[in-house]
Amino acid sequence: MRRVYLDHAATTPVHPEVIAAMLPHFHNSFGNPSSIHSFGRESRQAVDEARELVAKILGATAREIVFTSGGTEADNLAIQGVALAKKGQGRHIITSQIEHHAVLDACKYLETQGFAVTYLPVNAEGQVQIADVLAAIRPDTILITIMHANNETGALQPIREIGRLAKEHKITFHTDAVQAVGSIPVNVDDLGVDLLSLSAHKFYGPKGIGVLYIRNGTKLKPLYHGGGQERKLRPGTENHVGVIGLAKALELATTEMDTKQAKIKALRDKLMGGLLAIPEVKLNGHPEERLPGNVNVSIRYVEGESLILSLDMQGVAVSSGSACTSGSLDPSHVLLAMGLSHGEAHGSLRLTLGQDNTEEDVDYVLGILPPIVLRLRQMSPLYHKR
Amino acid sequence: MNSYNEKVMDHFKNPRNVGSMDDADGIGEVGNISCGDIMRIYIKVDGEERIADIKFQTFGCGAAIATSSMVTEMAKGKTLDEALVMNNKDVASSLEGLPPVKMHCSNLAADALHAAIKNYREQKLGHKDISDAAEAHTH
Ligand SMILES: Cc1ncc(COP(=O)(O)O)c(C=O)c1O
Repeated sequence: MRRVYLDHAATTPVHPEVIAAMLPHFHNSFGNPSSIHSFGRESRQAVDEARELVAKILGATAREIVFTSGGTEADNLAIQGVALAKKGQGRHIITSQIEHHAVLDACKYLETQGFAVTYLPVNAEGQVQIADVLAAIRPDTILITIMHANNETGALQPIREIGRLAKEHKITFHTDAVQAVGSIPVNVDDLGVDLLSLSAHKFYGPKGIGVLYIRNGTKLKPLYHGGGQERKLRPGTENHVGVIGLAKALELATTEMDTKQAKIKALRDKLMGGLLAIPEVKLNGHPEERLPGNVNVSIRYVEGESLILSLDMQGVAVSSGSACTSGSLDPSHVLLAMGLSHGEAHGSLRLTLGQDNTEEDVDYVLGILPPIVLRLRQMSPLYHKR
Repeated sequence: MNSYNEKVMDHFKNPRNVGSMDDADGIGEVGNISCGDIMRIYIKVDGEERIADIKFQTFGCGAAIATSSMVTEMAKGKTLDEALVMNNKDVASSLEGLPPVKMHCSNLAADALHAAIKNYREQKLGHKDISDAAEAHTH
């Protein structure tokens, strides 16, 4: 059976060149980077080089790069770290209703610790409005955290504009760029961010390694304490194999990015067109301002998990914002924030393309999906009631 | 959700008794759109108060479809009183179990069957019109 992976927003396979770059560091150059002997020095050098490379790609300096265990930790370090460092100045944080749970739940936790959080709404296309950000700013606002690209709809947020606003008001600005990095150009000065999170497994690197970029001068406290690694902001023996993998993956993803992403976008547009040709299917998110590999649609009268199972039976891997797949009783908070009805959110399907997808993959999916939709609709009492 | 057993997947892939019934004697519907599962059951009752025919329509996840299919198979040929004794747990057991998260939200098929029987009996007593049934959501 043909297998088609269309869930690259969830994770990606590790690129063979990344594996090759990592392998020797498991057993040959395995030293602890903090050791002063030759084994340690080799690892230290590899970590330093990786840090330089990551910094260069992001337009940062090496000392502004802190390696973490992934996106979730980077988000938490940014949000809680700033809250801890600046609570004397103010206790108000601005974020949005469509953030990843790594951001939302960190903010919710801070609410239990005496902080106030404003969760900005989004428009029907899933984008934060700059006027809403401005209106939410208070004298005691210490942090704005808004994601670069949404993980469900791919919707791009006005990061540059928010960056300018934050600068004007001298408020620290963090962006969760976990979905953006590797898919679109990301430069910290261009975006005007003080803090930026990324995670290697979203761009063909290994899981469990990420970065928090911290602009020089940004006040931030560590969340835990131990050795002096990562300028004491993230102590613990470095995951040097992961670091090397992350740097290699980032280098590969950003080399000829335009060409690679143009190819992905062309396939995505074909897939999107084919899906929207099925009756009563609507696009979620912005038609243009979205990640090149992302399609998200709501298919009326059917439920997402049934769609996923049916597609999986034919080898196609996708995801949905239905409650059944979110592990809670409510469907996707992102789609609900955009004003979708519960029915539309339960019937949502996210397909995210990657570098290895082909035109045949798209044709295959467009061939098998309409009969699946028809079968589930014929089973659905809503379809008959309409 | 990726832990459905073979029996559940069989009922999901090949659901028994799918469809609607123009001349149903009773119709029951449970669930609501906000939780993502809606099940509707149609029954045809014979002179001995047995379920002579049964059909279902379901909007919902794999478990919702599989339990609907299973309940129709279990109920067919039973008397109404026998069918009323079956509960959601029995349906899940006949499917050899459901993932724990599904036991609550998507395991409502026996309730839909009971609602259909109630609708049939109320009509017989002349209390209700069949067309009211679909509006009689529980939950
Ligand atoms: C937008 C966003 N933020 C944060 C994360 C969490 O990253 P990680 O899985 O590396 O902890 C993800 C990935 O699931 C994501 O998509």
